[in-house]
Amino acid sequence: MSSVYIQGSTLFLSDALVLTNLSEVDQTVRLLFSEHPSAQWQVNLDTLERLDTAGALFLHQLSALANQHESSLQLGPLPEHLQSIFQFATPLPAEAKPTPARIPFLERFGASVYRFIEQAADFLYLMADLSYFSVQAIWNRRAIRRDAFVDQAYAIGAQALPIIGLILFLIGAVSALQSAAQLRQFGADIYVADLLAIGITTELGPLMTAIMVAGRSGSAIAAEIATMKFSEELDALRTMALEPLRFVAVPKMWAMVATVPLLTVMADFVGILGGTVIGVFSMGISPAAFVTQILSSLFLKDILTGLVKSAFFAWIITVIAVYRGVNFSGGAVGVGRAITSAVVSSLVGIIVLDLAFNLLFY
Amino acid sequence: METAIRIANLRVDYGETPVLKGIDAEVEKGEIAVILGGSGCGKSTLLKTITGLIEPREGRVEVLGINTATLDEESQSELAKRLGVMFQYGALLNSLTVGENIALPLEMHTDLPPAQIEQIVRLRLASVSLEGTQDRMPSELSGGMRKRVALARAMALDPEILFCDEPSAGLDPVTAAEIDELLLTLNRALGITIVIVTHELLSIDRLDGRLLMLDEGQVVFSGSVGEAQRSTHDVVYPFFHPGEASS
Repeated sequence: MSSVYIQGSTLFLSDALVLTNLSEVDQTVRLLFSEHPSAQWQVNLDTLERLDTAGALFLHQLSALANQHESSLQLGPLPEHLQSIFQFATPLPAEAKPTPARIPFLERFGASVYRFIEQAADFLYLMADLSYFSVQAIWNRRAIRRDAFVDQAYAIGAQALPIIGLILFLIGAVSALQSAAQLRQFGADIYVADLLAIGITTELGPLMTAIMVAGRSGSAIAAEIATMKFSEELDALRTMALEPLRFVAVPKMWAMVATVPLLTVMADFVGILGGTVIGVFSMGISPAAFVTQILSSLFLKDILTGLVKSAFFAWIITVIAVYRGVNFSGGAVGVGRAITSAVVSSLVGIIVLDLAFNLLFY
Repeated sequence: METAIRIANLRVDYGETPVLKGIDAEVEKGEIAVILGGSGCGKSTLLKTITGLIEPREGRVEVLGINTATLDEESQSELAKRLGVMFQYGALLNSLTVGENIALPLEMHTDLPPAQIEQIVRLRLASVSLEGTQDRMPSELSGGMRKRVALARAMALDPEILFCDEPSAGLDPVTAAEIDELLLTLNRALGITIVIVTHELLSIDRLDGRLLMLDEGQVVFSGSVGEAQRSTHDVVYPFFHPGEASS
């Protein structure tokens, strides 16, 4: 608690002048200065018992406050035990902040374009290096740690089975319901099976699997590599004559390219199963008729196109995740940024590749 | 004496900021060289440039008679196998156990059978007083233990030069002294050239190596610990006599 009052032209500050009551004291003093104008203020501090750094700074700046009210101010002597903190908390002279040089628009635009080209070149170099190392390492496995591929394949493939299975089952069921609502108007319910089979194998299966893998494993790869960079593990590998891209990224690339098509096969099957369940139980189509219709509408080309696409999706997810991880900067916030940008860029990459494949095959 | 490291007019920039501004230095084979200086003077940058982790803007670095600037990837890798680096915070691979960390360079660069690699790992761990920890993960170790494992890993391939970045920084005095003793033993018993970056006065005193003092990216002093303690140089004196005014 603090007590602030005026007698004549003397301002009395007593008890405590500390961080917790400073705002209140400041307001009271300002009010008193404006309500009781005086050309010369005396400040009596005889009964002040506690003072901290903020309070001492306030006392130092009290003269300036009085000046604002066209008065001058004389601080009275402080009690002995408060003098050291008052001396310690002497305000520093104001620093002149340099005005940032104004960069012309064209120069800023040029710098942004240059940065973009530089980043694009870095990305293409990394894409080429990682792809080359991944193929080369099939014959020369010295730079790859034993079991690294199996560990990664388990994490990226096997552990993703339940969630991808569940999502694709639901997507198959929703697709069947949506298409049935339209086809029923034409009495063409059975063609739900055709739509489902072609839609899942050529588009939804590979695409949804890739999106799930990008969110699940792409983010994990970016986070792992960014953390390794932060904790100097990548530098340590270099000093042990181990190329980090080969040692860390190649097993991930192998695992992605091997397991994502397998996940897609599973996703195709489970997605069609989800639609079949709706066809049989909700639309009343016999299981035999539904399955026969699916088989008659499916061509090997559709399934293979989906699998080739999924392998390329796996490749682009890995390249982007590794790029984001390797180019991470900053601490914990930087890791978060690397993860976010890895997932977002992967999704864009997947959709762009999907469009390219559709233009190529259809 | 043969030269282990020769540095001439080395300049390194971080973006637009010059960090090393023309370093000239030599380290003889078998000696302990201590790079010292205040925080931000370029010590770690110099170490990383010598070990090939940072590319210089200008100048020449020769390690074991090889100019590092002209090396292709394969030759660089061959040179790296002759060097050991202990990082400031260990830089152990967190996904591998302690034993796997130490075994890694042996598995990757030699054809030794697994049983022999295991023997070497146990020996290396024993040499840093960490017997029986090979199955533990790095995250289960204290800071001092991680540094000792990092030292064991750096020694895995019996390097000709060992680089240590702040080996005793942030450790309690007993562990710091143990690490310094280990480095001295490696130098005396195996004749390994050791390059240490530090600003710990006690360590500098214990290691008693040749000092190379940096200030603002330049070498301001080169000599023995005794010479440094007697120096009246503007930068050297306050470093060795903290709190005292220069005479």
